[in-house]
Amino acid sequence: MRVFLCVLGRDITLAMRRRTDVLTTLFFFIIVVSLFPLGVGTEKQTLKILGPGVVWVAALLASMLALERLFAADYEDGTLEQMLLSTQPPAVLVLAKVTAHWLLTGLPLVIIAPLVGLQYQLPGNAQWIMMVSLLVGTPVLSLIGAIGAALTLGLRGGGILLSLLILPLYIPVLVYGAGAVTVSMIDLADTQPYLSLLGAFLLLALTLSPLATGAALRIALE
Amino acid sequence: MLDVVDLECRRGDRRLFSGLCFSLAPGTLLHVRGRNGSGKTTLLRALSGLLARDAGQINWQGEDISALAEDYRRDLLYFGHLNGIKSDLNGIENLRVAATLDGDRVADDALWIALGRMGLAGFEDLPTKVLSQGQKKRVALARLLVSRAPLWILDEPFSALDTDAVDLLGSLIADHVAGGGIVVLTTHQEVPLTSGQVQRLQLGG
Repeated sequence: MRVFLCVLGRDITLAMRRRTDVLTTLFFFIIVVSLFPLGVGTEKQTLKILGPGVVWVAALLASMLALERLFAADYEDGTLEQMLLSTQPPAVLVLAKVTAHWLLTGLPLVIIAPLVGLQYQLPGNAQWIMMVSLLVGTPVLSLIGAIGAALTLGLRGGGILLSLLILPLYIPVLVYGAGAVTVSMIDLADTQPYLSLLGAFLLLALTLSPLATGAALRIALE
Repeated sequence: MLDVVDLECRRGDRRLFSGLCFSLAPGTLLHVRGRNGSGKTTLLRALSGLLARDAGQINWQGEDISALAEDYRRDLLYFGHLNGIKSDLNGIENLRVAATLDGDRVADDALWIALGRMGLAGFEDLPTKVLSQGQKKRVALARLLVSRAPLWILDEPFSALDTDAVDLLGSLIADHVAGGGIVVLTTHQEVPLTSGQVQRLQLGG
């Protein structure tokens, strides 16, 4: 636990000293989401249909954008090597790094989502569901992404490969995340199954991803 | 006690060494020599468990290191070609993270003293990116002062250091060996020892 908190604190301190990285992701999200109303026009009904999907796709891409740097910097300066030689299993360290990554790139999206949702004329109820679905869904994105980031570590052109590897795995999260928001706008429909499934994804990712990522990191360092 | 039996390592198709056997008792320094590309770093990474070996056994206190995993890593301090320090963190923060990862609880005072002994007094709270190559290396080597690991594996620890730092590091290594520790290192320099024994290993040729 002490090591977990130490790595978490270290990554957050580092990000605070290099704020541009965190802000880039956030502004990327805001800009992508804002472009659609400008391109599609301001008709209320169209925007309502587009809204959930666009916000979720933007969240996916924004989380993708920050993934490349998850392990790359530590790999280059040798700190990753030292982490794998620490007294804790790699999974603990991976979990700490992914938590930091989510706090810095996922959580801001959750908080800013209602603001960008306003552009899509989403009703108040749908705004709430969007926040909840992002809150449960974005950690899954970070966790799955970590596996890809570890697998492509040290490869030339790893960024493109990472997108090709990871985006297909994001599909279920996208379907149920955007689905929950869409369904919440229909009367008499229940969003709970969607959110429960997202929760199940989160649990599954939380147990399996750190192990897979740890193994991938070991291979990357050989 | 570190025992290596019939160790073989390959890089791609090339066999770097095979049938390597040695045994290191407490209070021993193993000086690995060899020309560039003879597999010194590979051997050290294999000993630290970072690199999978192709054949052979590496035992620590009689047990295989991959079976020991975390227990072995607690007894091990590996210092590679990369310094393993973050350029945005200052010396104290870097050293604190390194000590925590090694499983040591070190008081802040001890961290300041360690950096002071490494000749970095006055530079402790500067981000390491503004330090020179040699100073960065000193920050990284300060780990040797706070670590309690009995086995040190050091890959070219003397490069980029000035003569003062070389003397200091030499005395640290000598003290560690005299205190019953084991040191495995690659260097082109001689390390004067006050007590303990030196083994030499020539790789390649």
